[in-house]
Amino acid sequence: MPAVVVENMVKTYGAKKSVTDALKGISFSVNKGEIFGIIGPDGAGKTTLFRILTTLLLADKGKAFVDGFEVVKEYKEIRNKVGYMPGKFSLYQDLTVQENLEFFASIFGANINQNYELIKDIYGQIAPFKDRKAGQLSGGMKQKLALSCALIHRPTVLFLDEPTTGVDAVSRKEFWEMLYRLKEQGITILVSTAYMDEARLCDRVALIQKGEILSINTPEGIIDEFKKPLWAVKADEMFSLMNTILADPLVESCYSFGQYHHVVFKSHKNNKEELEKITAKGDFSEVEIHAIKPGIEDCFMALMANR
Amino acid sequence: MENDKVITANELTKKFGDFTAVDKISFEVNKGEIFGFLGANGAGKTTAIRMLCGLSMPTSGAATVAGFDIYKQNELIKKSIGYMSQKFSLYEDLTIKENIRFYSGIYGLNDQQIKKKTQSLVEQLRLEGEEKTLVRSLPLGWKQKLAFSIAIVHDPAIVFLDEPTGSVDPITRREFWTLIYEASARGITIFVTTHYMDEAEYCNRVSIMVDGRIDALDSPANLQKKYSASSMDEVFLHLARKAVRSE
Repeated sequence: MPAVVVENMVKTYGAKKSVTDALKGISFSVNKGEIFGIIGPDGAGKTTLFRILTTLLLADKGKAFVDGFEVVKEYKEIRNKVGYMPGKFSLYQDLTVQENLEFFASIFGANINQNYELIKDIYGQIAPFKDRKAGQLSGGMKQKLALSCALIHRPTVLFLDEPTTGVDAVSRKEFWEMLYRLKEQGITILVSTAYMDEARLCDRVALIQKGEILSINTPEGIIDEFKKPLWAVKADEMFSLMNTILADPLVESCYSFGQYHHVVFKSHKNNKEELEKITAKGDFSEVEIHAIKPGIEDCFMALMANR
Repeated sequence: MENDKVITANELTKKFGDFTAVDKISFEVNKGEIFGFLGANGAGKTTAIRMLCGLSMPTSGAATVAGFDIYKQNELIKKSIGYMSQKFSLYEDLTIKENIRFYSGIYGLNDQQIKKKTQSLVEQLRLEGEEKTLVRSLPLGWKQKLAFSIAIVHDPAIVFLDEPTGSVDPITRREFWTLIYEASARGITIFVTTHYMDEAEYCNRVSIMVDGRIDALDSPANLQKKYSASSMDEVFLHLARKAVRSE
């Protein structure tokens, strides 16, 4: 039985003139023990989806099951079995680190000693600050406390809503290392993120944009779905290189990616010569052209453009 | 302005009691540059930016922004800069047109200038017909592009951008950078912080703060050569990993 099942879920906010279709009929399932990524920008519907699955919000249409329980009729069972770390820090700022942990443990009827093994790696890093008020913790420490409180009752499914937003690259890496250790304990993890590169770190991902799922697959599978050749191009004048490439009628897209522009042609054939012609025409120097494998961001943008 | 340097900083320091948030940083930013100001959370970037914007007095050291001294002329600095961040940008309960008018007024534009700016801004961002829409109803990407355009409505010498591209979709993120390039081409110096390392590559030069100090300052290409890295991501991880402080 899958850990999470979502069927044709619809959620709309607002009324009359100002209606937002947050979720437009999405379906997917998550296997037990998977790290499943919901990848999409702000406004895609990620938070709405998580609130429905953690029984905090009702969908307008569709069904969902978490750990076998139905989110509307069996919400009480679900609330005992899930851990939830919402986007903003949600713990009690005026309670200490230890008081927060004890509070959540008591609400869930969990025994801290029994379950400490699960959070030892995470909570252990903030335990020296156990008497500090949560409101005075640094961003990274707040993250660790929130995660500990979400795990103290040994949930079967963990929902993390954009846990790495606004966090620097080093802390993001450390956070994912913590998630891998949790996965080894058999917890199913649903994590949402706007960082495309984090898709690689998941077992499977759903790419989501404006309430619709663009694709569901393993990261490698998403990349395999990108059928056309992809070219990385660089030259001395990147801004005018972009304009020159985009002016060519054979080109489908050209996006900047750091030091290189990524170019896709409308046709499927090998267009290296075409690209060489374009750069020669513009009188550019230090030209480099490489055939490359697409990343998740390339795939996401191609899928967005096809909508 | 001295030699076209839009920012000069010499051993700029900020202490809070025993804690040294910004530790003797020295650097210069040239007119028209796109300057990336990077660092892990807690490295001291926000404190440094607040000093440069004239919002916080340094403990020691010297600096000029747009040619003005940050101790004696911080009100003049505020008039010569633009600022945009995720947390502070536009008034959600005002319309697009009202926001443009409000900020333009604050920056001292007269009615005629405001009218012209409103028109060109709306055209540039393709918001025709939406002038009376409340900002709160706009998708994040549009808000950000609008906030940036308004931050430079008075054609300041320099604009400070604090993580301007948040969690927008990858296409909007790139459209935003096109706006940055256009502003830079008009002579506006760009001072930007970001957590997206590919965006660091779009900068002419980049500095990386670690534990209050500037530990690296050069073009992305030179930094990658120096640290034998194939991307700014690698350079950043190499330098930020040894940080003692975290946010």
